[in-house]
Amino acid sequence: MFGLSMKTIYLLIPLSPLAGAIIAGLFGWKIGKVGAHVVTILGVTVSFVLSAFVVLPDVLAGHVFNGPVYTWGVSGNIPMEIGFLIDPLSALMMTVVSFVSLMVHIYTIGYMRDDPGYQRFFSYIALFTFSMLILVMSNNFLQLFFGWEAVGVMSYLLIGFWFTRESAIVANLKAFLVNRIGDFGFILGIAAIYYYFGTLDYGAVFAMAPQFTDKVVQVFPGLDWNVLTLIAILLFVGAMGKSAQAPLHVWLPDSMEGPTPISALIHAATMVTAGVFMVARMSPLYELSETALSVVIVIGAVTAISMALLGIVQNDIKRVVAYSTLSQLGYMMVALGASAYAAGIFHLMTHAFFKALLFLAAGSVIIALHHEQDMRKMGGLKKYMPITFITAWIGALALAGIPPFAGFFSKDMIIEAVHLSQVPGSGFAYIAVLSGVFVTALYTFRMLFLTFEGKPRMDEHALRHVKESPWVVTVPLILLAIPSFIIGALMVEPLLFENYFGDSIKVLAAHDVVAQLGRQYEGLWSFVSHALVSAPFLLAVGGIFTAWLLYIRYPHLPDLISKRTRMVYTILVNKYFADEFNNFVFAGGTRIFGRWLWKIGDVKLIDGLAVNGTARVIGWISAVIRHVQSGYVYHYAFAMILGLFLLITFFLHG
Amino acid sequence: MIPLEHYLILGAVLFSLSVVGIFLNRKNLVILLMAIELMLLAVNMNFVAFSHYLGDAAGQVFVFFILTVAAAEAAIGLAILVVVFRNRRSINVEDLDTLKG
Repeated sequence: MFGLSMKTIYLLIPLSPLAGAIIAGLFGWKIGKVGAHVVTILGVTVSFVLSAFVVLPDVLAGHVFNGPVYTWGVSGNIPMEIGFLIDPLSALMMTVVSFVSLMVHIYTIGYMRDDPGYQRFFSYIALFTFSMLILVMSNNFLQLFFGWEAVGVMSYLLIGFWFTRESAIVANLKAFLVNRIGDFGFILGIAAIYYYFGTLDYGAVFAMAPQFTDKVVQVFPGLDWNVLTLIAILLFVGAMGKSAQAPLHVWLPDSMEGPTPISALIHAATMVTAGVFMVARMSPLYELSETALSVVIVIGAVTAISMALLGIVQNDIKRVVAYSTLSQLGYMMVALGASAYAAGIFHLMTHAFFKALLFLAAGSVIIALHHEQDMRKMGGLKKYMPITFITAWIGALALAGIPPFAGFFSKDMIIEAVHLSQVPGSGFAYIAVLSGVFVTALYTFRMLFLTFEGKPRMDEHALRHVKESPWVVTVPLILLAIPSFIIGALMVEPLLFENYFGDSIKVLAAHDVVAQLGRQYEGLWSFVSHALVSAPFLLAVGGIFTAWLLYIRYPHLPDLISKRTRMVYTILVNKYFADEFNNFVFAGGTRIFGRWLWKIGDVKLIDGLAVNGTARVIGWISAVIRHVQSGYVYHYAFAMILGLFLLITFFLHG
Repeated sequence: MIPLEHYLILGAVLFSLSVVGIFLNRKNLVILLMAIELMLLAVNMNFVAFSHYLGDAAGQVFVFFILTVAAAEAAIGLAILVVVFRNRRSINVEDLDTLKG
């Protein structure tokens, strides 16, 4: 390829967005708005083209690369390297990340047109793309951690992009703090890996892992833990933070304070799926610990159903999509917990497309209404914004899981896989994901109907200015709608049943539900036609029908229902009081603890006892000793003589 | 022939008298200076006694040196005393406590 070695190409993929980000960030004032988006889009285009048309075919041809490209430090005998592991899993992720990122870059030209921080924004998202690519391409835990933190920083900067808004600042702080909790577990996990395995290289760790199945460690006295379970759960805590799994989900809805392109790129398609990717990447570790898989599946299931329910009562269009993202991330985690890693990554990919599409469509609506996000002030937009309307429908159908849209295949595979799974907790997870399908369809179409159908509820002035968004907005919508439509049908066989992932994902034979699915699978058509009479499909249609009943046929019903079920409604509107709980228990508890440290620890012990106490004791001793210093010469002379006598006595008799 | 011990005892008595004079004297700086002179004389007494006892003239040479130095010292001491009196209008030892910390 142009005479470049593959290693150079691997390096070019993350470095070209980085170059774009540096140019746009440092010289943005000089090259102007057009210059800023040209360099960053160019950088991301290079990444996408190389990932999709060079690396992906190369990987499919069976070339797996695993090795360091640069050693930047050696500590003891552990080399700290920048290294790449290019296998089917990372090649797929690179393609998805760079594609969605490219779409979002183009979309941003329209969305941020009048923003004074235009160049800064482009610099940030290009830098994010770089970090995410570093994360997925990594071949060692150190680089994974670097990418992990770098995407977190970019997320922080972008949520608080409009830093003059107080709510944005609060939201980015919250995102950062909650992620710290997750990252604390993550870094402990990495430390544990280094402690037990003595290396941070994926390949070496995975190769050694089977020897550790019987090794136990006492975490608390008298409580034996399997080392692999401990490591897997600690790493999963990191994934819970990054992928916003309950109870560390609270930051994601608030992250919607950031500009919409960010919500699409970071908080739907890429960064939040880093946790899912990481668990899939660590499959050789997770496979060896039934307990860890069980934790993953239960946390995922709880997130999937509980967050979906919250989506029903939200009125902010972006928050509906945000809760939907949380719920879908739960689905992916459930798939991972059921050892159906391929299904989880498949859903990650389809979700990246259709959720980015839904976010960008919501953004398109928000631009048209001049940054109005409340769905109660929307309605009837379909005739003003046909392209947005149609693409949003495609996204919604994909999300709800209606064949032949992308989400149907991935979600159905997850549900089937969970059904077959024997992991403890899979029974609960099956019920959760199945009922989640109904709720998903309900909230998705509630959003769609409230926004596009019915009568316009905005004021006259706003309605007059409603028009379809410019081409830079609609083209990414269309380009994302295409994969949202077809990618499921196209990829379900290669990804799940034709061993696409090869050695990049390891599944024990006893857990291999995907292979079991493969034995039952009899081709695309029979799969779809069979699904048409299965529970998930009927539930999805039921959800859509319910949404239609409630929001189009009988629009006064929702109010009535919310009044009748006051208690349930209050709990949902307040998001299970998770924020209040955190504020009261964790923030409040920390404040009380801090107050205690201040009053007792600092004021009493350190200031009172250590600092002032020392001074007081010395003062008291000096006050006594001072009397010796009388100032009379004869006293000093007497002391001298006395001393002389003592010395002589000592020398003569000592 | 008076034995050596008598001279040494005389020296010790003189020395002790001078120490007591320094220590117990609360009034006059002149007495302090006199006590110091007495202390030197006590030492001289020892020097002369040992010199004679050992038949070595060096001890007596030392006595001359000490007497010279004592004269110079007395002169300087009295000069300081005059200056102290001029500045403080007192040579009372009790008043001279500016060395106090």
